[in-house]
Amino acid sequence: MMNMRKTIVIYRLIRLISLVVLVFSVSLMSACSQKPVVGIIVAGSTSVQPYTEVLAEEYILLNPGAEIDIQGGGSAAGITTTQSGTCDIGMSSRALNEGEKSLWYVEIARDGLAVIVNPSNPIQDLTLNQIRDIYSATISDWSQLGGSKAKIHIIAREEGSGTRSAFESLVMGTTQITPRAIVQDSNGAVRQLVKDDPNSIGFISMGLVNETVKALHLEGIAATRENVINGTYSLSRPFLFITLSEPTGITKQFIDFTLSPQGQQLLSKEGLIPSMEGTIK
Amino acid sequence: MKISKEKISKYVFFGIALSSLSVLAVITIFIFIKGLPIITKVGVINFVFGMNWAPSKGAFGIFPMIIGSVSVTLGAAILGVPIAICCSIFLAEFAPPTLRNIFRPAIQLLAGIPSVVYGFWGVLFIVPTIRNYLGGPGLSILAGSIILAIMILPTIISISEVALLSLPSQYKEAAMALGLTHWQTIHSLLLPAAKSGIVAAIILGIGRAMGETMAVIMVLGNAVAIPQSILDPVRTLTTNIGIEMGYASGEHQQALFATGIVLFVVIMLLNAIAQYVTRKK
Repeated sequence: MMNMRKTIVIYRLIRLISLVVLVFSVSLMSACSQKPVVGIIVAGSTSVQPYTEVLAEEYILLNPGAEIDIQGGGSAAGITTTQSGTCDIGMSSRALNEGEKSLWYVEIARDGLAVIVNPSNPIQDLTLNQIRDIYSATISDWSQLGGSKAKIHIIAREEGSGTRSAFESLVMGTTQITPRAIVQDSNGAVRQLVKDDPNSIGFISMGLVNETVKALHLEGIAATRENVINGTYSLSRPFLFITLSEPTGITKQFIDFTLSPQGQQLLSKEGLIPSMEGTIK
Repeated sequence: MKISKEKISKYVFFGIALSSLSVLAVITIFIFIKGLPIITKVGVINFVFGMNWAPSKGAFGIFPMIIGSVSVTLGAAILGVPIAICCSIFLAEFAPPTLRNIFRPAIQLLAGIPSVVYGFWGVLFIVPTIRNYLGGPGLSILAGSIILAIMILPTIISISEVALLSLPSQYKEAAMALGLTHWQTIHSLLLPAAKSGIVAAIILGIGRAMGETMAVIMVLGNAVAIPQSILDPVRTLTTNIGIEMGYASGEHQQALFATGIVLFVVIMLLNAIAQYVTRKK
């Protein structure tokens, strides 16, 4: 009798489990089939991502029913997923290298790179060489640069970050960033640390500089949008949209919107430097 | 009929039980498939003892991170183990029941706090304190060790308390009858008798410290260099994966999986030692 009851319980359990599995798979199937045909996936650089989100919000307001799914992953991931066709538009915060130039790409905006220090730091201005020497640990004390006597706390971004690779190519050249540098994994974390630590130096996207940190002048030239546009401030990098082939359909519409005066104005309002005449290459 | 039902139920439960085991197998196989190619390419010695980590330039040496993991874990053990063992002795031997009923749930609560909360607290409280009073950037081995010491307390306290409580009551009665004081009983009889359990507790605590990621990413500074003092920033094996996985692709990603293999082996060894010690008696 006991055994009978036990087996009944087990059977009920099995029935319950199979029911759950069935319901789950049916709902999964319906979810898949309901996927809108007008959706696109945009993935890549986390530096470009917040701006793409702003663009997408506005685009969806203008084109109700369109769906734009935006994911991070970094510039490298943006490029590889575009190549593999996993996403429709890849975002990159660095220029494509020779092997990647076969993809279709367009510069949607430029972003300045600001070298930041704590506001209490007396230093206003550094040369490119001085910054390189700091980051390669040749200069290790602020007094060597005319500041107060204190060890420089170098803050860098992690390997693979677009901001780091932009900094490497614009500032470091062939020299390596010292392994002793503190590594933080976002622009925000770098800014927070520089705000808290009077002896630190870091680099972040120019659009994210605020009053809590001080952006250094470079060779006497202030880190401002105007100076990036007129070409006197040399630390800037392109923000790219990449597609596998000549864009069509909603992908093309979204890129066209980004390059339109309206889209460019949105980006400019967010702190980016508008792309030169929407240069399609 | 009955037998077949019995058999079915047995196999159903066996199958379900097997699924949890197979998850372990799948993860293990996956990590090894992903990580081994880069280890064989670079060479085990070069990978484990290499001093230079720059995946984008083809340098894959994780020795500074091994040193990082060891130093932070050691620091946590030095700070945490004495407190934890004293606490477990107090709970098992001295605490009146009312106090014990407050302590035990409180310590369990300590285990329930998400690690990101520990990290956040560390960044906002411990890191600035170290920076202001001891110097350096604040993000340091010391900060990580303090956070981890707190995080391993519940593991060590609860396991060693159980080890003390599970000793036969005759031990204590006999010791008391022989005229030993309470402290003499604890230190010359109970502690040696519960030694294997306490050692296992410490090893499991160390394993926990070794595997912790989120909290230490936030307070360690993540520099890939051999530290010269406890106020220097370091990177551990776990934070290497955590901080770089977002952007990694290709060989860089493989190298992170290979870091996972090293971590996997270390934790397996620690757990095996803990098992061995408790069984030996």
